[in-house]
Amino acid sequence: GPLSERRLMDVRLGELPAWLATRDISLQGLLEGVQKAWSSYHDKYINVRRGGPAGISMLLAGYCLLSYGWNYQHISKISFLLSL
Amino acid sequence: MNLSFFDQFASPSLLGIPLILISTLFPPLLLPSLNNRWITNRLSTLQSWFIYLITKQLMMPLNKKGHKWALILTSLTILLLTINLLGLLPYTFTPTTQLSMNMALAFPLWLATLLTGLRNQPSTSIGHLLPEGTPTPLIPALVMIETTSLLIRPLALGVRLTANLTAGHLLIQLISTATIVLLPILPTMSILTMMTLLLLTMLEIAVAMIQAYVFVLLLTLYLQENI
Repeated sequence: GPLSERRLMDVRLGELPAWLATRDISLQGLLEGVQKAWSSYHDKYINVRRGGPAGISMLLAGYCLLSYGWNYQHISKISFLLSL
Repeated sequence: MNLSFFDQFASPSLLGIPLILISTLFPPLLLPSLNNRWITNRLSTLQSWFIYLITKQLMMPLNKKGHKWALILTSLTILLLTINLLGLLPYTFTPTTQLSMNMALAFPLWLATLLTGLRNQPSTSIGHLLPEGTPTPLIPALVMIETTSLLIRPLALGVRLTANLTAGHLLIQLISTATIVLLPILPTMSILTMMTLLLLTMLEIAVAMIQAYVFVLLLTLYLQENI
């Protein structure tokens, strides 16, 4: 279908900038996007009738990776590495 | 060896933007929200059962008027529990290791219990300052002791939580550093240290849950005296 109506997972890598240009980049649009992403993840992996630990574990692993990224600047400093 | 062990407690920031708000708000997002179904999924059922257990346990000793506090106390327990447990994951930041946050939680809630008591039943509240059956010569000293113990409560609440979590995280970091450093030198000692690390991690999980519970339990105790 047309570029503006496709979801992120259906957009090819080369078309990514063009797709980003069609999105609503206001604060409300961003918040709606985050809400939509969270609810699709939640409904697909966590909100199932007989869910297990997998859905939340993926989320927590992602949170660990995110925290690693936030701390990278500090832990890559030579003063930190030498003190270990 | 530099004292960089305390760097893990520095407030996280990315390019100068403080991230503490996100780290504090993220844990409650993990809990499933209310589903308007009769039979919910496994996670929601577990959560409902757990919240019911906590609320029942906290509200049992309180009278009817104390039940107005059910919402704030239960949500406080859940918040502290999730924050403490999430802090045990690698590279994460635990907001409850910051004394500022714990004092901000402890002081207003303690003050609220105190003011409720002084407003609604002032003589009973002040009467708590003197235990029954004290010999007469001891009364002035005991009143001063009880007043001090009353005024030190918010400080104790905040510092207890901070100190327990900070000490735990610090111990984990120290012992894991020892394990890694010993690995090329004395592999056997390294394995022993790793056993200690495993036991310590289990202790930390327990401490995380217990400290959250103790914090709220003490608040209900202070509430019982005053409501």
